[in-house]
Amino acid sequence: MSVYFSEEQNLLREQIRRFIDEEVKPHGEKWEEAGMVPRDVLRKMGELGFLGIRYEEKYGGANMGTLGTVILGEELGRSSFGGFAATVSVHTDMASPHLVNFGNPEQLDHYMPDIVAGKKITAIAVTEPDAGSDVAGIRTTAVQDGDHYVINGSKMFITNGVHADVYFVGAKTDLNVKGSRGVTMFIVEKGTPGFKPSRSLKKFGWRCSDTAELSFDNVRIHKDNILGELNKGFYSIMRNFQNERIIIAAMAMGEAQAAIDMTVQYVNERKAFGQPLWDKQGIRQRLSMLQSKVEAGRQLTYYSAWLDEQGQDSIKEVSMAKAFCGELVNEVMYTCQQFHGGFGYIQESSIERMVRDARIDSIGGGATEVMLEEVAKRMV
Amino acid sequence: MKILVAVKRVLDYNVKARVKADKSGVDLSNVKMSMNPFDEIAVEEALRIKEAGKADEVVVVSIGVSQCQETIRTALAMGADRGILVETDQEIEPLAVAKILKAVAEKESPQLAILGKQAIDDDSNVTGQMLAALMDCAQATFASKVEVGDGKVDVTREIDGGLQTLSLSLPAVITTDLRLNEPRYAKLPNIMKAKKKPLDVIPVADLGVDIAPRLKTLKVEEPPERSAGVMVESVAELVDKLKNEAKVI
Repeated sequence: MSVYFSEEQNLLREQIRRFIDEEVKPHGEKWEEAGMVPRDVLRKMGELGFLGIRYEEKYGGANMGTLGTVILGEELGRSSFGGFAATVSVHTDMASPHLVNFGNPEQLDHYMPDIVAGKKITAIAVTEPDAGSDVAGIRTTAVQDGDHYVINGSKMFITNGVHADVYFVGAKTDLNVKGSRGVTMFIVEKGTPGFKPSRSLKKFGWRCSDTAELSFDNVRIHKDNILGELNKGFYSIMRNFQNERIIIAAMAMGEAQAAIDMTVQYVNERKAFGQPLWDKQGIRQRLSMLQSKVEAGRQLTYYSAWLDEQGQDSIKEVSMAKAFCGELVNEVMYTCQQFHGGFGYIQESSIERMVRDARIDSIGGGATEVMLEEVAKRMV
Repeated sequence: MKILVAVKRVLDYNVKARVKADKSGVDLSNVKMSMNPFDEIAVEEALRIKEAGKADEVVVVSIGVSQCQETIRTALAMGADRGILVETDQEIEPLAVAKILKAVAEKESPQLAILGKQAIDDDSNVTGQMLAALMDCAQATFASKVEVGDGKVDVTREIDGGLQTLSLSLPAVITTDLRLNEPRYAKLPNIMKAKKKPLDVIPVADLGVDIAPRLKTLKVEEPPERSAGVMVESVAELVDKLKNEAKVI
């Protein structure tokens, strides 16, 4: 029971959990090897409405608030396949919100039904080799030529980058003003001449998520595909930062909970020196403390999402949640792996993968160091 | 045709049941409760019959505390048309459940009542049978296939040694087995719509049914832990132990 969630939201959580138990966990290993999540899984999620939790009913969505995002994030995290969680959450909560926040009616009507149905998967392409959280520093350019803009440059670490259908791309449209003032967002479809994923990137974890470097070589985009206002892209990118960070915090707590549950079961079965490991205080007290911290992290995430849903400024709380949960999940994973003994170092154990998958939670979507600066700024 | 489906709120199948310290029963405070899995199958079957155009309304009924409304809402989110909660805080034994369902059926006049074959909490496996007896109508238990015809329903049942097919004239009572179907997911848009579907709450007293318990629970205990097995060296030793120690052959 929770003060934050409605009966509908609890039911939604149950449905997502069942879907993940039946349709994700038994197949995730294969996807890890293939380096991608099959599109029909995403379409099934679309049919069930899981990809439109926040979106308007006319597009097939359920119009829930930020707490709906938290439910999705936590349950995706509990799948134990971080790459699957990334594939879905980037589509629902990191890429498509840009369209929803700034798309004009024609763009929305054109793309949203397919996005909610999982027929078109989205990616957000802002980060570059030399610019991540420092969005103003991007170097990709879009130069006007009549009714078109010509994009040149490259993008890095783009989740869903290989297999997405629609990309929201940030590019400099005015080089004569300070970095944050001259960025514009464009809608770029897969197959546009000159645009391609130049490299599929191999990663430490998240292996069933496709991550790419993208190249733009004289890519001509009609001005109707500008997303939001010309030169205001920086602000629209900023606008979704809180949502992105909330879902990562929620995913981290889902991953951590799955690891704790799995480890509690393991140490109750695994015997050493004639008794289950659980009978040793050193083991069970460390797990109890981790469970306490995860509960705290979860409640902080719920609270920050609730603030956001109320329309309150939540940057401080969201940054705290992202920093805290992103670090905590790594502490949880390392301890859980330790308690799995040698087995935890073997690839057929889930915990081995979960350790690798969790590492990004303190890096992606705003590294802990960036988050803590956001908190610090609001402390003095 | 109207179909009545009974659903019970039970301890979730994933939750480890714990006995209360005073051994009076299973501890249900602050644990996850869900719809009895056999009842989910019953809801699913009713919906499939309706979607095949052979029924026009699926009514879901539950008996118990106010929170059973959540269980009914789950069925409504799956696609049932409306719900009825017969509200009571008392523990209701299977005979009383059957009597209450009969009283509801008299008001609703369904042609078909579909129930789970048993609830996973007490595993009684009697309610459907009792309901059919009280209603004096045909019954088919442990259904693995249901085909609704004109004024009748053909039900394939799983029995020892094979499958048996019964043809029942309506009205009838069916109880579901595990392999009848795989219940659907509730789609999110339907979850949102479920809140707007009608759900009537009737105090149990209004039905004028005798629900006094016939049974008295003396105590509830955890099942004994299985002791470790013994490895035998040879078949001869095994036979010897079965004959002389276990005395089973």
